[in-house]
Amino acid sequence: MIELTNTIAFTPERLAIAKEMIARYPEGKQKSALMPIMHLAQEQFAWMSQDVMDYVASLLNISPVEVYEVATFYTMFHLEPVGKHVIEYCRTGPCVLMGGEEVYAHLTQKLGIKKGQTTSDGMFTLKEVECLAACGWGPCFQIREKYYMNLTNDKVDDIIRELSR
Amino acid sequence: MKILTEHINTPGIETFEVYRKKGGYTAVEKAIKTMSPEAVVEEVKKSGVRGRGGAGFPMGMKWSFLAKPEGVPRYLVCNADESEPGTFKDHYLMKNLPHLLIEGMIISSYALGANKSFIYVRGELMYVIRILEKAIEEAKAAGFLGKNILGSGYDLELVVHPGGGAYICGEETALLESLEGKRGNPRNKPPFPAVKGLYQCPTVVNNVESIATTSWIINNGGEAYATYGIGKSTGTKLISASGHINNPGVYEINLGLSCDEFLNSDEYCGGVRKGHTLKAVVAGGSSVPIVPGHLFLKTANGEDRLMSYESLSDGGFATGTMLGSGGFIVFDETACIVRNTWNFARFYEHESCGQCSPCREGTGWMQKVLNRIEHGKGSMHDIDLLVDISKKIEGNTICPLGDAAAWPVASAIRHFRDEFEWHIKHPIEATKPGAVYMKESVLA
Repeated sequence: MIELTNTIAFTPERLAIAKEMIARYPEGKQKSALMPIMHLAQEQFAWMSQDVMDYVASLLNISPVEVYEVATFYTMFHLEPVGKHVIEYCRTGPCVLMGGEEVYAHLTQKLGIKKGQTTSDGMFTLKEVECLAACGWGPCFQIREKYYMNLTNDKVDDIIRELSR
Repeated sequence: MKILTEHINTPGIETFEVYRKKGGYTAVEKAIKTMSPEAVVEEVKKSGVRGRGGAGFPMGMKWSFLAKPEGVPRYLVCNADESEPGTFKDHYLMKNLPHLLIEGMIISSYALGANKSFIYVRGELMYVIRILEKAIEEAKAAGFLGKNILGSGYDLELVVHPGGGAYICGEETALLESLEGKRGNPRNKPPFPAVKGLYQCPTVVNNVESIATTSWIINNGGEAYATYGIGKSTGTKLISASGHINNPGVYEINLGLSCDEFLNSDEYCGGVRKGHTLKAVVAGGSSVPIVPGHLFLKTANGEDRLMSYESLSDGGFATGTMLGSGGFIVFDETACIVRNTWNFARFYEHESCGQCSPCREGTGWMQKVLNRIEHGKGSMHDIDLLVDISKKIEGNTICPLGDAAAWPVASAIRHFRDEFEWHIKHPIEATKPGAVYMKESVLA
């Protein structure tokens, strides 16, 4: 177990879910629960700071580097602080055919940020991602678990207005 | 024939109650109460159904390779990591018909003798994971999952596992690594997963759509399934259609449907979007060779091309392509092939796991060279350089991602070389927004 020098900890509800996740996998294979628990951690802590990753490692009784190597391999884990809403915008071919680049230009202009940046009020972070498996409903982006599809400039305006409230 | 999607528009079909009323879970009852696991495998073999994730390997044969050493658990893992650009059929199937997948998982697990099975879903589809988890709870409450299913003594637990955003995890050995809580680096084969898979135990990995076919096959028999389709392309296939068409969406087609009908009939894609002309098609996901419209509609011999594994690959890579995952992308005359090829190359560079040098370095080189051609800084030598790089990646990597990255580039140059040359010869014109090289002969 890692000695924790800070106050990073799951809420009691999430800790119960984490324990249930670990129990899903066969005896001795608790490391399989790593990504499910990392998603749970990101839900609570917004991004995977080193402290969060160390905490996850302690829950699974694995070394911290095993968490770091996974966190840096998969694109869904944020390795830096993010804004309240993380917009994950699909930049892949089929969405581009449907006007994805034009809508993206509008979005960056509207938010005044480029990819990887966060608006000064801390409301939005913009990330470019690869195909979200929604090609027939493109252009699209994702914010947390929600897909926003068939985007147009007007629709983007509405979404940003709604989320800025 | 609608084998998978007959009830997809029935309100409430995502609930156990409605799904059951529409005949759901009768195949589980039939299999578990009246059939031996071997008899289930036999029916799937007879159906001739082929892996729907893209490789097209016969599913019954894959099942029969599973090693069965005494006292070692066996695993079934469903590949729901759908990430191939242009492919969104499993997303559509799982969110609308979660119980069809759960029912197929029970039947398939029973056939393989697995007591714990996994559905590995790409992490971006967390909302679909929640739908599947709810369906599992419902099936469990009704006695179709858990201990002693339907009093048979057979136990099965299903676990839905989220990925973390990595295309490579659609490759089955990378998926297994990922499921073990590691980076998604593909494994060397052999040993194959059928011998040493998840936790070094015998494992079968099947695509969502493949597993979903099993309920119908058990209810109606493998021979009945094989009466649909054409030749060795038996049954139906989900095709996810996107790009410049009137009706993007997911369609279940009888394999063997003519390409012309699929593209132009109002029942399916509804034709190229109004006022535009067909330029090119990617028929089976971004990895398969892109072909000009005329070679999509007809083979080099002038025969009508059909939506089947064999017909789409007729002519090899010189003039044909592949059915792949069914990710169907249509390009009209406004699409720039160079820009699209660069886009796909960037995708593969981003998604290469970095394990094999030809892929790690080669995908990056192709992306850079295509980037400079697209942005008016290319030279004529670059075209042959791209072909050379693609050849040096192809076949030289542990997993098929290298091939998947090489084919779109090689095929784009094969069929649209003059478009690349135009970009190089006319850099100022080519870099104007929306500029596209027009050549009448490629338009169908």
